[in-house]
Amino acid sequence: MSRGPRYLCEGGVLLLIAGSAPPALAAAVEGQAERQPINWTAIALFALFVALTLWITRRAAQRTRTASDFYTAGGGISGFQNGLAMAGDYMSAASFLGISAQIFTDGYDGLIYSTGFLVGWPIILFLMAEKLRNLGRYTFADVASYRFAQPPVRSFAAVSTLLVVAFYLIAQMVGAGQLIKLLFGLPYGYAVVIVGVLMMAYVLFGGMRATTWVQIIKAVMLLAGATFIAVMVLARFGFSPEALFARAVQVKTNLALAGGATPDEAAAQGRSIMAPGKFIKDPVSAISFGLALMLGTAGLPHILMRFFTVPNAREARTSVLWATTWIGYFYLLTFVIGFGAIVLVATDPIYLDADGALRGGGNMAAIHLAQAIGGDAFLGFISAVAFATILAVVAGLTLSGASAVSHDLYATVFRRGSATSAEELRVSRITTVLLGVMAVLLGLAFEKQNVAFMVSLAFALAASGNFPVLVLSLMWKDCTSRGAAIGGLIGLLTAFVLTVLSPAIWEKILLLEHAPFPYTSPAIFSVPIAFLAIWLISTLDRSPRAAVDRAGFREQRIRSETGIGAAQASSH
Amino acid sequence: MTEEALARIEADPRYVALVRERTRLAWLLTALMVTAFLGYVLLIAFDKALLGMPIGGGVTSLGIPVGFGLILFAILLTAIYVRRANGAFDRLTAAILAEVEA
Repeated sequence: MSRGPRYLCEGGVLLLIAGSAPPALAAAVEGQAERQPINWTAIALFALFVALTLWITRRAAQRTRTASDFYTAGGGISGFQNGLAMAGDYMSAASFLGISAQIFTDGYDGLIYSTGFLVGWPIILFLMAEKLRNLGRYTFADVASYRFAQPPVRSFAAVSTLLVVAFYLIAQMVGAGQLIKLLFGLPYGYAVVIVGVLMMAYVLFGGMRATTWVQIIKAVMLLAGATFIAVMVLARFGFSPEALFARAVQVKTNLALAGGATPDEAAAQGRSIMAPGKFIKDPVSAISFGLALMLGTAGLPHILMRFFTVPNAREARTSVLWATTWIGYFYLLTFVIGFGAIVLVATDPIYLDADGALRGGGNMAAIHLAQAIGGDAFLGFISAVAFATILAVVAGLTLSGASAVSHDLYATVFRRGSATSAEELRVSRITTVLLGVMAVLLGLAFEKQNVAFMVSLAFALAASGNFPVLVLSLMWKDCTSRGAAIGGLIGLLTAFVLTVLSPAIWEKILLLEHAPFPYTSPAIFSVPIAFLAIWLISTLDRSPRAAVDRAGFREQRIRSETGIGAAQASSH
Repeated sequence: MTEEALARIEADPRYVALVRERTRLAWLLTALMVTAFLGYVLLIAFDKALLGMPIGGGVTSLGIPVGFGLILFAILLTAIYVRRANGAFDRLTAAILAEVEA
């Protein structure tokens, strides 16, 4: 059954905001992925990847002694490396399998998601990258709370980070379990435990250094694999995209004819893959979806944290240029891969079941295509890449969640800055283990639940909490501690409540009728509400602290613009 | 940072020019990116047929160059910013800081 894409069409825009996982998750959501025969090539190649990354982790562990090593790899990552790692942190298995599956089913609509996932990156660069690097050390909360009272603003940032990380992580774990059951033929529970144990090992022992290298290796593997598929597909059509598209339209037309459509209907169905389809419905949902994707990307704590791994603002900017280039390039490849799957997979009975649907579910389009063009060995490689991809994303999330607890809550709020680097490091490691255990347990608990809304919720929370607080604390002199902390919480709460009231939860999970909030994403309301709340509360704030907050803007601004006094990189 | 250093940087016309120029460029590029993307999404919301129109006599539709163009546009805007910021702006920053730290 082609469940993933079908669910996407019904669920509309919301799932797409999900960013990383939707279609792959959709398989997890509606039907349980069908377990495949054990794929030994994939397992052997994946074992090789695990061996390599664990070796890197061991080497990184020997160099991870201080909090700075753990959180930022000592600040010694270059812009180019960091750009690849950001791409590796951001491009999930579902961007690859899910978007290509979406294109396989609906054609053009997949490209709309791809652009949505990309456009947040330039915004990060223009509005925050260098200011983040100039003001912060370990977490985005360093920047958001720079001139403010530490306990309220740090607590807000930690709550927000943990919420974003938790929802994102659960979705990844469930997606991983389903995907691995599908690709490797391993039971769901094994897959979740393997992912949990490996991600804990990377973060616990190797900290940011190991996480960065896992992400870099994954990004290179994914880009190389996707490039190979796309080039092989194009080569069959003399490198003419028009010839590829024409053949895909013909395949879709023939399939419609075979399905009993009249010649006119069939021709229209064939041509429909070259035009926007069901994905964007009303303009309000369209803008809301766009805002959540764009601004959510610019508020994801595990992405923002990567800016502290480079030595200076210059390398921070270079990182974004590389990240944007790789991610954009990857989405171009995905489009070719989706069309290649229409041409080579949808026409070949060995990839189809009796009903003409893809074997193993809708998300298998790219996987079957890998087999069609590169045989069993390449199929194994692509399956291993998909597993590696999940690991890189969950490791980044775990590190970010652990940092929020150890650096923001423990060291800054609880110990008021008196904790030693060793104490802070110990708390990070304890938190890493707790997060890992929690992720595995929740991954097992949610196996049969609908988790498709979780990543979209994570993006909406990031867009409605972190983004407004960061922008106003960086750019608006009169922003105060009270305004940032309470206004940010109001943004988070609004996004959360509206999501619960939207069809994705109200109708699909609570099984109630007529969702009170009809749109697919809350961002168009929750983001302005957050900005307004921060503005109003700050403006009305006459406390003595507010005067200190406003007076602190001058120094913050000069440091954010010039980098004077910024935390220097120290590579040990 | 001392009060004296702060005052010196603030009074430096090069600092004023740096902040003005960079802020203007950052908001201009942000506005271009947001307009291009939301324009694309709204275009689809209001007129789906337009992007489905075939171009060049084949099946390739107008939406293909527009969608690919948007991806390339995002990369181009980041490249423009990084080029200015890592070049002229960083030289200006270095000059301002050299004087303060001297």
